[in-house]
Amino acid sequence: MINFILRNIWQRIILLIFISIISHAIVHLAPGEPALVDPSNPRMKPEDIQRIRTAFHLDEPLHIQYVYWVQDLFTGELKSFKDNQPVMGKIWQRFLNSLPLFLIGTLITWFLAFPVGIRAALNRDSMFDRTSTFFSYALISIPGFFLSYLCIIFMVKTFDVPVIGMQTFGLEEAPLLFRSMDRVWHLTIPALMSAIAGTAILSRYVRSQMLEVIHQDYIRTARAKGLPEDQVIYRHGLRNALLPFITMFGLTIPGLIGGSVIFETIFAWPGMGRLGFEAILARDFPVILTLNFFSAVLVLLGTLISDVLYAVADPRIKF
Amino acid sequence: MNEPITNADALSPSKGLFQERWDILKRNRMAYASFWFLMFLLGLAILGKVFTQFVVVFDPKVVRLSEKFLPPLTTFTSTLTPKEDAPTLGIYLLGTDELGRDVFARMLEGTSVSLTVGFVAVGISLTVGIFFGGVAGFYGRMKLGFLTVDTLIMRFVDIMLCFPTFFLILTVVALLPPSIYNIMIVIGLTSWMGTARFVRAEFLSLRDQDFVIAARSQAIPEWRIIFIHMVPNAIAPVLVSATIGVATAILTESSLSFLGFGVQPPDATWGNILADGKTFLFDAPWLTFIPGFTILFVVLAFNLCGEGLREAFNPKLRSAP
Repeated sequence: MINFILRNIWQRIILLIFISIISHAIVHLAPGEPALVDPSNPRMKPEDIQRIRTAFHLDEPLHIQYVYWVQDLFTGELKSFKDNQPVMGKIWQRFLNSLPLFLIGTLITWFLAFPVGIRAALNRDSMFDRTSTFFSYALISIPGFFLSYLCIIFMVKTFDVPVIGMQTFGLEEAPLLFRSMDRVWHLTIPALMSAIAGTAILSRYVRSQMLEVIHQDYIRTARAKGLPEDQVIYRHGLRNALLPFITMFGLTIPGLIGGSVIFETIFAWPGMGRLGFEAILARDFPVILTLNFFSAVLVLLGTLISDVLYAVADPRIKF
Repeated sequence: MNEPITNADALSPSKGLFQERWDILKRNRMAYASFWFLMFLLGLAILGKVFTQFVVVFDPKVVRLSEKFLPPLTTFTSTLTPKEDAPTLGIYLLGTDELGRDVFARMLEGTSVSLTVGFVAVGISLTVGIFFGGVAGFYGRMKLGFLTVDTLIMRFVDIMLCFPTFFLILTVVALLPPSIYNIMIVIGLTSWMGTARFVRAEFLSLRDQDFVIAARSQAIPEWRIIFIHMVPNAIAPVLVSATIGVATAILTESSLSFLGFGVQPPDATWGNILADGKTFLFDAPWLTFIPGFTILFVVLAFNLCGEGLREAFNPKLRSAP
């Protein structure tokens, strides 16, 4: 087991190195430089541009720049091009903002998708199955921001839910209880919206997985033994159907960065996706590269965790 | 003496593979309807291309500043706008936008552009995916130095899968000069990994089958074996996922438009009509609803059709008739 984990970690570290090299190359080779973001600014003289390029090591060959970046990243010295703030600090702050949104979104997704999927599978071709199938396809097919706008019109008019930012302005001095309730209230709609597409996809998976399992021999055996139906479905069926979802769970972790750009932009939520988007607009290479690096770390971590959990959960897997 | 022949007549006539699949698809009413809807859309896209560019019947580019924000089905009554700028039939079928352009003409133009983005992006991803998957599956055992070809390619696929796709697309599109071709290429080059895995898996099982060995024994060149003999046998699941890929590409383009990096004006796509319209959500809701629901229905049709095809081509998923 230890060997298996160590070997996996080793392979992933090698992958990570290649990923960082490729992403470094993509970002640096693409046209557009931090010095050229504002070409019409009359106060930018060629000397200034030269000075900026020297300060950011943009004149060095690519591989030297890569070494500089890695060195700065691991000594914590990496500074943003835009405002000279430490990159790690910026990302950490945004990470804390993104985390609750991601967690609540994931919780909603998983808690909604499973009951819907299981019920649809058990009553195959029933009215419920057909409706849920149709709605999940519709929700997968609708552009996320279009749905969000429809929702904003409806929700704000009906329930008075806030849809912008993370807290009500002027409430910074309020007692902790009020502030946290305010935060939860602000979280509602963004979390719900970012959960919807995931719920639709996941419930389809749950359905097909359950359908596969309930035709197995061991389910028939369990029924033949005269076990109560609930026990057959949830203990014998669901537990076996759950296995592939360990992998799915590992793959949701990177959604923390990549999946949230649109929703964080709509709801003015200062999270990591927005940080990345702003960094791209400003050609802020250190921030883009570090975010890419971390999301790759998250993907690899997610797959590692799911591999290990899979091995723990399924006794048929041997090392 | 004629007995055996009558017996054979009594049996149902044998059906070709394609005919059989087609009948299964027909039984799934929603998928079948989606299929015809998509065919209709394809026709519409071609007509739209013709009528907005070559024989200009509906001109999407005419700006009429005195005719801003007219709701759908308004008849043309303006005295300020010159007669030759009037919309065809003298009616704004789907209203006008913030520059007084005819939304119907723009949607018509957008149909062909959006579908082109979808199809070209998927075409690129299929080409790259089939190439890498085929090479990995066919030449997998060959060694390059101390690594096999298979390891090399599949590790590369793993690396590509580790990038957050939308973020990567955004990075590249934002850094490159804005052009419709860049968007197609970038969407295509970031979505081929699934296809490559499919094709590789199929090739691994095909490469030791008799028909391939027979082809090899006739000294048929290897590229011919791969592309003429093996790819057609591996293509079905790939084409199914391609149908859904077109839907994803259209959605990705609209998300990019929302962030301002999609297809740039004056080219109209459903995505950028929707993204521009959202600013006027309260004053001119049709500018949001028309492209929004169009995207919804078209993507839904692609998804349902793809799902129906998947069921038709995969006997395991089929419900008992």
